[in-house]
Amino acid sequence: MFKLNDFLIPGLVAVVATALVCSEIRADKSDPPGPVRVSVWVGWAGFELEGFQAVVRDYNKSQNHTFVDLLSISGNGTKTLVSASAGIPPEISLLGGPEMLQFASAGALMPLDDVYRETGIKKEDYVPAYWDLLSYNGKTWAWASTPATIALHYNTEILKKAGFDKPPETIEEMDKMMDKITVLKEGRMKMSGFIPGEPGWWNWCYMPYFGGKLWDGDSKITANDKDNIRAMTWIQSISKKFGASQMSSFKGGFGNFASPQNAFLDGKVAMEIQGVWMYNFINKYAPKLPWSAVAFPYPSDRPDLKGHTIVDQDIFVLLKGCKHPKEAIEFMTYVQSQPVMEKLCLSHQKTTPLRNKTPEFWAKHKNPAIRLFDDMAYSKNAFSAPRLPIWPEYEAELRNAFDEITLVAKTPTEALNTVNSRMQPKLDRFNQILKLRKEAGL
Amino acid sequence: MNRKKEGIAGLMFAAPWLFGICAFMFYPLLMSIYYSFCDYSVLRPPVWIGTANYVDLFHDEVFWKSVGNTILYACVSLPLGMMFGVGLAMLLNSNVKGMAIYRTIFFIPSLVPMISLAVLWLWMLNGDYGILNTGLQSIFHIKGPNWLSDPTWSKPALILMSVWGVGNAMLIYLASLQDVPTSLLEAAELDGAKAWQKTVHVTLPMISPVIQFNMVMGIIGSLQVFAIPYVMFPGGSPARSAYFYATYLYDNAFLYSKMGYASAMGWILFLVILILTLGALKLSNKHVHYGGA
Repeated sequence: MFKLNDFLIPGLVAVVATALVCSEIRADKSDPPGPVRVSVWVGWAGFELEGFQAVVRDYNKSQNHTFVDLLSISGNGTKTLVSASAGIPPEISLLGGPEMLQFASAGALMPLDDVYRETGIKKEDYVPAYWDLLSYNGKTWAWASTPATIALHYNTEILKKAGFDKPPETIEEMDKMMDKITVLKEGRMKMSGFIPGEPGWWNWCYMPYFGGKLWDGDSKITANDKDNIRAMTWIQSISKKFGASQMSSFKGGFGNFASPQNAFLDGKVAMEIQGVWMYNFINKYAPKLPWSAVAFPYPSDRPDLKGHTIVDQDIFVLLKGCKHPKEAIEFMTYVQSQPVMEKLCLSHQKTTPLRNKTPEFWAKHKNPAIRLFDDMAYSKNAFSAPRLPIWPEYEAELRNAFDEITLVAKTPTEALNTVNSRMQPKLDRFNQILKLRKEAGL
Repeated sequence: MNRKKEGIAGLMFAAPWLFGICAFMFYPLLMSIYYSFCDYSVLRPPVWIGTANYVDLFHDEVFWKSVGNTILYACVSLPLGMMFGVGLAMLLNSNVKGMAIYRTIFFIPSLVPMISLAVLWLWMLNGDYGILNTGLQSIFHIKGPNWLSDPTWSKPALILMSVWGVGNAMLIYLASLQDVPTSLLEAAELDGAKAWQKTVHVTLPMISPVIQFNMVMGIIGSLQVFAIPYVMFPGGSPARSAYFYATYLYDNAFLYSKMGYASAMGWILFLVILILTLGALKLSNKHVHYGGA
């Protein structure tokens, strides 16, 4: 008869032995002979990836001491999170702005202020709005990549047919255009002037468009700011005017974003908020579409808000604990150089984050509205998502409030009060934990 | 070789598995209990905050919303799936020409990968152009709802989809139906039992262990529903009507970097599933008939 003790010690020995073998394998960190391999992870795909692949290829050919290993993966942020927590991060990862804040506030990134100093890259080289996206809490944590601003894209032909020669400048003008363009037939929407939730990537942006603030920059969430409520009241007025159900049904029939069935490319929606990248999709799926772009309208009683836009960009970060930071810095310094950055941004058909652009850059650029997108980044009304590490959760709350408002399930005041009451304790808790960690030296 | 040596040899052979289960199952399991009492973002060492995560959960409206959605989904999709599974298995257990083809047809949908299934149903449930609403309009002259963008219809849409995947359960029911002794059915027939009576008093009791098994698996599966709503209803939109427990748990862990909070959610889910499973086993034990018992 077997007894438990007969198995216990040999079993433990076996487990420990296996663990030792595995850890030994893991501990063998010596590099294979040949150039140093630098891992770079990005979430780009398609033409964006191809553009960056060309940059990496050029770099690998230009020298023989470093080989950049490029990995494109969907959900790169999560993969980077897991690898960083396991202590085996890549050298460089391309993160979204809010992701960078989470990583930086958790101490997972290497601050780059000294790196910038040593490599001679200066703040003054960059467009200020894009430079701001690289920093958090007084330190610089990232390198720039291909930046974007957002504008109202409009179908010139639809507007013309409706009797409008110019795009809307104010919200009131936009309302008039929507009234004229939107077609409701037998209780169904057949065409729309503008659908606020399409594409739905920046549903919170209407609040800053009306002059609203989402937090006070310190410790107070201000989702129910009066300008925010005003913005959402305007959004709800569109639902009330054309029918929440009709609008959601109409939106439900839209095809994929990257397809000829995209509502804007298909001519179902006359005006849509989109980024500088939209040109690539117009060019691919609807090259004959008569379009142009303009800064989103402002309320007529707030001319001070003219020219507002969201600025955003994916950014390259250097992960703490990576194996070859020196070589990674060399590669990133190469990417930040003007010719390389222009090549990369041209491949994405975006503007560059650098202040100076060569005449060739403009000459080679195919996006007819590129000057507008470039200029908008200098606007005093350019804004980005709040620089809050809890922004992903805050944004989810705002998205839910936006749903409730457009479905006319709640008044804007009710919905935004709910967001405020949910997010304020979360921000308080975040700050409290930050304090706790500081005190504990963690 | 004496038995002790045999035991050691056996353990040595099992060592990789033992290591695997300790490193990848027991260790994370135990650590997640600890993390559930901490503020833990994965990237930084955890900070002990006592029961704060659990207290916060009980005051979290989104948590309760996701609980409500999940319970509603489980309460409807589970019995519906079981009824369809048993019903289909009974139909496919009859002696009809070409039965193998019918069985294959009903089983094939369960082989479709979940993400492909979600994309497929996104088209089928499209409010304006979907095959479902087009069918409702052309056959019954009913204007179908906005399955995907109306909060009232998002959960029914998911429940409807869940029935699509009954193929696996159906196959298990079918196997057990073929094991029902014909002698019992003949005896019932001799006693004057009609088809319905034979089903209720002979067939169902005889396959009751399989029904019980599928019910337990169904409880576990439906409370953990994740992939399809995650793809079809990003963020649980519209208005979090399709925001489920596992989705909120995932968002907390990987989107909001709140692994401690997510761990607390994980343990609550574990306890709920454990209680429900034990309850289901206890309740159904009275009605489950084992042939060999």
